[in-house]
Amino acid sequence: MSVPKALRMPIGLKAITLGFVAFWCVIAAFPIFWIAVMSFKEPLDSFASNPLSVIFGPSTRESGKGLSVFDILIGLSAIYFIYRFTIYHLPKWVSKCSPFNLIVVGWLLAALLVALVVVVVFGVLFPPILAFVNGLTGFLGTPIIGFTTEHYLAVWAENEFYRNFINSIIVTLGVVTISLSIGTLAGYGLARSGFDIAFWILIGALIFRALPHSVLVSGYLPVFVNSAEYLRPILGEHAPTFYGQPLAVIMVLVAINQPFTIWMLRSFFQNIPKELDESARVDGCTHFQAFRWVIMPIMWPGVITTGLFSFLLAYNDFLVTSLLLDAQNQTMVPAIAGYFNRETTTTDQVEAVAAAVSITAPLFLLVMVFQRQIVSGLTAGAVKG
Amino acid sequence: MKFKVFAAFAGPSLLLMLIFIAVPLVNVFLQSFQNTQSIFETVEIETCTPGFGTQTCITESETRPVLGEDGRVLEKTIFVGWESYRNILRPDQAWEAVKQLNWSALMAIDFWKALRFTLTFTLISLPLVIGLGLVIAVAVNNLAKSIRGQVIFVSLLPFIITPVIGALSIRWLFIGDGILTVLLEWWLQMDIAMFAQAWTIELMMLFYRVWHVAPFAFVVFYAGLQTVNNDTLESAIIDGASRFERLRYVVIPHLMPLIIFVSLIHLMDSYRVFEEIVGFSSQAHVISLQWLTYDFLVPDESGNRSISRASASSMLTMIGIVIILIPLLRKTWNDHRARVL
Repeated sequence: MSVPKALRMPIGLKAITLGFVAFWCVIAAFPIFWIAVMSFKEPLDSFASNPLSVIFGPSTRESGKGLSVFDILIGLSAIYFIYRFTIYHLPKWVSKCSPFNLIVVGWLLAALLVALVVVVVFGVLFPPILAFVNGLTGFLGTPIIGFTTEHYLAVWAENEFYRNFINSIIVTLGVVTISLSIGTLAGYGLARSGFDIAFWILIGALIFRALPHSVLVSGYLPVFVNSAEYLRPILGEHAPTFYGQPLAVIMVLVAINQPFTIWMLRSFFQNIPKELDESARVDGCTHFQAFRWVIMPIMWPGVITTGLFSFLLAYNDFLVTSLLLDAQNQTMVPAIAGYFNRETTTTDQVEAVAAAVSITAPLFLLVMVFQRQIVSGLTAGAVKG
Repeated sequence: MKFKVFAAFAGPSLLLMLIFIAVPLVNVFLQSFQNTQSIFETVEIETCTPGFGTQTCITESETRPVLGEDGRVLEKTIFVGWESYRNILRPDQAWEAVKQLNWSALMAIDFWKALRFTLTFTLISLPLVIGLGLVIAVAVNNLAKSIRGQVIFVSLLPFIITPVIGALSIRWLFIGDGILTVLLEWWLQMDIAMFAQAWTIELMMLFYRVWHVAPFAFVVFYAGLQTVNNDTLESAIIDGASRFERLRYVVIPHLMPLIIFVSLIHLMDSYRVFEEIVGFSSQAHVISLQWLTYDFLVPDESGNRSISRASASSMLTMIGIVIILIPLLRKTWNDHRARVL
C-alpha cells in the first residue's frame, strides 16, 4: 500500500525527523557504549578528560596492549555475522528444532549457545590466531587502538565475581520459574472467572504493585533474622534462619513480582477465545486439563514475554538482595555497589567499570534475542491492561 | 467456572501475595509503634587492689547487657507509641522552621529533605518522560520500515539496563574530569564540579531517569500509533487539518488512555526513586524516601538496625503512594460500578 500523497512528508520535516531519531539513538546508546570502551583501557586512559584518548588509549597502547587494523576488521565481521545469525536464523531454527511444548527451554538453550559462541570465539579462538597473523602482516598488524582485558580477568578470576554470577543465576532462574508457574495459573483463573472478587484481587494487586520495596523489606527483615527462634517450637533444632538464604529472597522477589505478572498474563489469556476451552470442556477435559493441553500451548508468546520481565526484575534488583542476602550469597548488582564504595585507586574504578559491563552484557544479548517479545509484551500490558 | 476451581487456580499466587506482601505490611504497621532493645542492667562491681596494710577498693557501677541462658543478649520489645514517627518527622523542629519560613532549617531534617526531593523528582520527570516518549514514537513512526527495528533495539537498551549500572554509567561520564564535564566546562567557560552540590546531582538524576524510562513510554506509544484509525486521519486531511492539528486533535486523543497508563506507572516507579542515590553516591546531598528507609535497615557500626524507625518511615512513604493512587482507584471504582449497573 503506497502512502497517500497528502500524508507524505515534506523533505525538510523528513530530515528533521531523521536527525532527531539519530540524535536519540546516540543518547540512548552512548553511556553504555562508553563504559564498554572504558573497561578495556588502562586507568590513565579510561578516566582521561580527552575523549579521543579514551577511545584510542595511548598509554594502553604504549604498554604493548592494543588492537591492529586487522584485529578490528576480523572482530567486527565476527560480531556482524553473530548478530545476523541471532536476528534472522536463530528464531526459525529454535522453533524448528525444539518440541512444541518445550519451546522455552529451546530459547534458553539458544541464548546460552550464543553467549557460549561469543565467549569461545573472542576469548579462546581469536587471541592466539590473531597474535600469530599480526606478526606476519607488518603495518596492518601493529596496534593502533589500546585494548586490554586485564580488568575483566581481575574481576572474574581474582575477585571471584563468578560466585556472584552464579548466585545471580540461581536467584533469577528461581524467580522466573516459580513466578511463571503460579502466575499463569492465577492469570488464567482471573481471566476466565466472572466473579466480582477477581476484580478486587486485581485492584489489590495494583496497589501492591505501587508499594516501594523498602516498605516490604522492613516487614521481612526482623522476621527473617529471627526466624530460627520463631520456628524452633515447630521445627525443632533444624529451624532455618531465612536471612541470607537465596530461597527466601526468591520467594520475596516472586511475591513482589506477582501483581505485575498476573496483570500481564491475564491480558494475554483474555486474547485467547473462550470457545477454545469450552470446546475442550465439552470433549470431557477438566478445567486443569483444558488449561494444560489446550490453552498453554498457544500461550507461549505471553509466557515468554512475562518471563522476560520477571527476569529483568530479579536480575536488576538491588534493594531486596542487598538487604536480605549476606556477603557469601551476594548477587552481582549489590556486589558491584561494594566495588565503588571501597574504590581507592583508579585501577579499582576501572575494575568496577568492567564488572558493570559484565552485568550488562547478558542483558544486551537478551534484548538482541527477545526484542520482538519485549515490544509485544509492553504493548499487550499497556493496550489491554 | 465454579468458585472452587477459581480458588484452586488463583490460590497459590494469592497465598504468596498474602504471606509476602499483606502480612509484612501488618507487621510494619505494628513494628512502627514498637521498639526492640537489648535489656541492660546496672551492676556494682567492687575492684580491690592490694595496698600497704589495707586493700584499696573501688566500687564502680557498670551497665552491661543481660545475657540469657544460651549466652545471647536478651531483648525486650516495648510499645513506644508515636515516638518513632516523632523521631522521623521532628514535628516541633519542622513547625518552628515553617513558622519562621526558614527553608534550610526544614531541609535539615532528613525526612522533609527526602520528601522534597522525591516529589519534585516525580513531578518534573513525568512531563519530560511523556513528552520525549511521544516525540520519539511519532518520529520513529515516520521512518522507513526497514530501519525501525534497529532504532527500537537501540532504544530498548536504556530501558533494560540494571538501574544501578545505568546511573553509574552516567556518573562515570561526569565524575572528576569526565568527558562530559570537560565538554560542559568548555562550552560554558567555567569551572564545574558536578558532584559538589545538590542541584547538579539532581539534574544528572533527572537526566538518567528520563533516559531510562523514555524508551518504555516510546514503545507503548509507538504500539498505540499503529492502531490509529486511518479513515479519521484522512477525513481530517480532507477537512484541511495541518500536520500539527492532526497530531493534536486525532492522534493524541487516540493515545490518551496509553498516556494515562504510562503516567501512572511512572508515578509509581519514580515515587520509589532509590537506585539513583546508590549509583551517584549522593546520600550526602540528596536523599529519597525509599533511601531513608533503606538507610535505617542497613546495620550501623555496632550491627544494629533501627527497625522501628524504618517501619515508621515505611508507613509514611506508603501514605504518600496511597494519596497518589486515590484518583486512579476512584476512577476504576466508578468504571466498575458503571459496568455492573
